[in-house]
Amino acid sequence: MITREELNRIRESHKPELEAKLLADGIAEVKNGHLVLTGDYYKNQKRVALKNCGLIDPANIDDYIALGGYSALEQVLFEKTRKEVIDFVTESNLRGRGGAGFPAGRKWNEAYGIDSDQKYFLCNADEGDPGAFMDRHILEKDPHSVLEGMAIGSYAIGANQGYIYVRAEYPLAIKVLRKAIEQAREYGLLGKNILGSGFDFDIDLRLGSGAFVCGEGTALMESIEGNRGMPRKKPPRTSHKGLWLKPTILNNVETLACVPVIFQNGIEWFKGIGTEKSTGTKVFALVGKVENAGLVEVPMGMPLKEIVYDIGGGVANGKKLKAVQTGGPSGGCIPVDLMDTPVDFESLAKIGSIVGSGGMVVMDEDTCMVDIARFFLEFTVDESCGKCTPCRVGNKRMLEMLTRITEGTAEFHEIEDLRELAEVIAETSLCGLGQTAPNPVLSTLKYYYDEYVAHVRDKKCPAGSCRSLIHFTITEDCIGCTKCAKVCPVSCISGEKKELHTIDDSQCIKCGACLESCPKDAIRKE
Amino acid sequence: MEFTFDLEKNKEKILEFKGFLSDHKDMPGALIPALQEAQVKFGYLPQEVMEIIARGLDVPASKVFGVATYYSQFTFIPKGKHNISICLGTACYVKGAQGILEEFENILGIKGGETTPDLQFSITDCRCVGDCSIAPVVVVDEDVYAKVKKADVKDIIQKYSLEVECVDN
Repeated sequence: MITREELNRIRESHKPELEAKLLADGIAEVKNGHLVLTGDYYKNQKRVALKNCGLIDPANIDDYIALGGYSALEQVLFEKTRKEVIDFVTESNLRGRGGAGFPAGRKWNEAYGIDSDQKYFLCNADEGDPGAFMDRHILEKDPHSVLEGMAIGSYAIGANQGYIYVRAEYPLAIKVLRKAIEQAREYGLLGKNILGSGFDFDIDLRLGSGAFVCGEGTALMESIEGNRGMPRKKPPRTSHKGLWLKPTILNNVETLACVPVIFQNGIEWFKGIGTEKSTGTKVFALVGKVENAGLVEVPMGMPLKEIVYDIGGGVANGKKLKAVQTGGPSGGCIPVDLMDTPVDFESLAKIGSIVGSGGMVVMDEDTCMVDIARFFLEFTVDESCGKCTPCRVGNKRMLEMLTRITEGTAEFHEIEDLRELAEVIAETSLCGLGQTAPNPVLSTLKYYYDEYVAHVRDKKCPAGSCRSLIHFTITEDCIGCTKCAKVCPVSCISGEKKELHTIDDSQCIKCGACLESCPKDAIRKE
Repeated sequence: MEFTFDLEKNKEKILEFKGFLSDHKDMPGALIPALQEAQVKFGYLPQEVMEIIARGLDVPASKVFGVATYYSQFTFIPKGKHNISICLGTACYVKGAQGILEEFENILGIKGGETTPDLQFSITDCRCVGDCSIAPVVVVDEDVYAKVKKADVKDIIQKYSLEVECVDN
């Protein structure tokens, strides 16, 4: 257990050592008095939530302390009342980074105002959106920032017990967190009487068990309680009646990682980043068919184009950009002509997508948008908990329609049926999963209607991706080398040596092996 | 295919596990941690073990089954010696993960979620393992294979089959 003086002593003695090491190794450089990672990839980024990632050893609490860690907690515990902490966060306009963008300060204020013998503070680390790994990165590289954020929030609302609900699929993150909690306890930064302030707070881990819907607040609480993780109906809000029906605050990993940094640098600094309504930065997992895939943290409001081209280096393999999908299964696809859209909560909502937790999947001309809608629906149907009918049954019906469309067996009216059903599901589902599940369908219908029509009316997949609708043929360029016939797994290619070969379409499984083997590009896919 | 749980062979583990249950009996929300512990210990959740949990934590067996079957992490058949997880997250999917899954299924002759009868391999089609920047990703046991191509599948399986033979000899 350490005192405030010792905490500062560790910081002062360890900081020069860490700095010297990072500069000597060429990992970091000093920019405006702060250590930042070197390299072109980081040049256009603004790192707030990820500020320590890559700089510190996550297994060494002293590294975190050296770069200002736990100074915000100290400041809060000794210089601010609980109400002041809440007002501070409210004024910074920090909004939830988990998807919905609800202002953190307002949320905290709800729980603060309620008298209760017990309150809980939870961290949502059940990062389930496919194509997103921001939280995983923070947990693995800078776990203490999350612990500190939780401690600050708990002080504000008056909670003494916290839980981090983390996916079991992230074994390294779990290991790192366990170690970080242990170290924080050892230093007395968690536990009884933190830094001698009289404030008690401790954190336990709870492992998720592979249910996407447990990222939803009430489902997550059901799961911690040891039940099937099914959402509850609201109201009451969880800030009034949450875990074990006690006032509970749940914040996402990235939101919590921002909290200590805001206290260190001040409200004005934070509001100076981003836009008026969406302050600060957002971390995105820029993945898919992009040249430089990885995590990027940028100020809110940066045009999508800049993220994809200036940081991501554009589309991989010289292909043409077709869409950028944001917000995972709850989000939408943004077409090329809207690439100038600033990436913030309001602007993306306006064009039918969401910032969401930060997945950003780049898609090129080979990606079929109908198939992408089907892919997300398949995910939602798998993950629907089954409690409410619109989500349980409605999504299944939508998936069936989409499957028929991609197989070329749908009737034309099904496109409109699909839209109508999507709207009903969005309006009538119990929780966020069902309410947002139709988004990928609605946004692709809006921007790629032609593709739906091509599938249904012309029985063609313009991207050449839906297997039932593509056909392989051999052109006159064939030299009869027999390579394709040899690789064909179902032996449906015939022809004499040095003569034109043919493919029996009725036997063909559309695997594309022949296409890859042909030395003359004589096989056509259409 | 049917797999049977040998109570006699697992006698000691069961005893240990009962100890875990009595230690955690009073912890609120103990059921899921207990199921997770059981799966680590026994490799899967045989019916016998779930009944032990029901008695140990004093909750109805129906609730234990209900909770266990809800979460996709729990498995009711043993996993193979080598578990092959094929990520079907968005980034992997747009880069052809479905084809890779099918290749594994064809070569091993089992579907996603199943185990080969010789208990050597199981295939798990999983959602996003969070390695999207190196998609498509296949994870075998603890080994991560990045940017996997269909043509690599045979070699990956071969690598683990060889190990098996060496041990047998």
